[in-house]
Amino acid sequence: MRLFLALLGRDLALAGRQGGESGLALLFFVLGAVLFPLGLGPDPGTLAGVGSGLLWVIALLAALLSLERLFRADWEDGTLDLLAARPEPLVTVVLSKCAAHWLATGLPMAVIAPLLGSMLAVPGAHLGLLALSFLVGTPALTLIGAAGAALTLGARLGGVLTAILVLPLYIPVLIFGAAAAEGREGALALLAALSLAALALAPAAAAAALRHAVEQ
Amino acid sequence: MARSLHRLANPGRFRRFAGRALPWTAGVSALAFTVGLWLALVDSPIDYQQKDSVRIMYVHVPAAWMALSTYAVMALASAGALIWRHPLAELAARASAAPGACFTLIALVTGSLWGLPTWGTWWVWDARLTSVLALLFLYVGYMALWRAFDDPRRAGRAAAVLALVGAVNLPIVKFSVDWWSTLHQPASVSRFGAPAIDPAMLRPLLVMYAAFFFFWVTVLLLRIRAELDERRLAALAVQRSS
Repeated sequence: MRLFLALLGRDLALAGRQGGESGLALLFFVLGAVLFPLGLGPDPGTLAGVGSGLLWVIALLAALLSLERLFRADWEDGTLDLLAARPEPLVTVVLSKCAAHWLATGLPMAVIAPLLGSMLAVPGAHLGLLALSFLVGTPALTLIGAAGAALTLGARLGGVLTAILVLPLYIPVLIFGAAAAEGREGALALLAALSLAALALAPAAAAAALRHAVEQ
Repeated sequence: MARSLHRLANPGRFRRFAGRALPWTAGVSALAFTVGLWLALVDSPIDYQQKDSVRIMYVHVPAAWMALSTYAVMALASAGALIWRHPLAELAARASAAPGACFTLIALVTGSLWGLPTWGTWWVWDARLTSVLALLFLYVGYMALWRAFDDPRRAGRAAAVLALVGAVNLPIVKFSVDWWSTLHQPASVSRFGAPAIDPAMLRPLLVMYAAFFFFWVTVLLLRIRAELDERRLAALAVQRSS
């Protein structure tokens, strides 16, 4: 637990001070949302039908963009080797880094999603649901993506490869996230189930992948 | 079973086993394809609603079954490689990926060719079609991950973890037609009680399934043997250069 909190504090401080990947990912999220009305035309009727789905797609891409560096810096400078040599299981490290990543990207995305949603003409009554779906669904994005990022450590073409591995696994999150944002019945519960299943399974896979990356 | 699998870990013994088995599996597959295609395309009755287009089923359904079971084999072999470090399991998992991707592609292409005359559309974004498309991407990602590392040991382990993670898609594909109401019809052969399909149609289907299965075994043995040869060549090259 002490390791968990220490790593969490360090990663959050790094994210805050350097304004690094997480800040850029948020900027990408906003920019992506701004591009769609320009491409589809500003008609509120068109946008209202697709707005929340679009935001979910952009959120997937923004999460991918920031996940690329989740373990890479620590792997390159040897921090990961030291963490792997500690008695605590690597799952703790993974969970801590995922928590920091979610607090730095998933949570802010959930906060600004209603604002972007109203710019995309999502009806006012659905803005709360949109934020709620982001709050419930983005942990799954972080956790599944962490497994993908750990698998591609040290690979050639790291970033593109992570996207190809992770996007098929993101499909259910996208489907139920967009459905929950539109208030479809049962979708929010299924989205929560996906996040919990990811919490149960993905850290173990990520930890195994990290162990192999360190041992090579 | 476990002991015989253990014995096959020896490359020389595997090579002899593959050499003896290959003519049989290739022969059975060729025979089953000949008989099965004749039964499916000529002998079997036409559907009273779908007319001749029902014959697409005899390729589509076995390909889809093989697409799923090949991924299951790949995931099991990956588990074997991670847990017991069985050298052949890793090779079997790697050799399964490309045939599996081909089966998935065949199932998708024949499915959409079948969809046009019967559903009136090439493609719908329903749960079964989407999850099979995701299966194809998982196969492709698995193959890409194998090629992305310089160190084959690291590549093998990363790919094995990915294969296990991707296995969560299998039950989604299998049960998607039961969980969501879709255009795709639910299972009519593998269900409790009698199959909901006429015996005259079930027979060619099972023969075609046998043809696909033995074809897969043949390709798997060939690919594992080629992979063993490749590793041996690499080892010899290292020996010569040092």
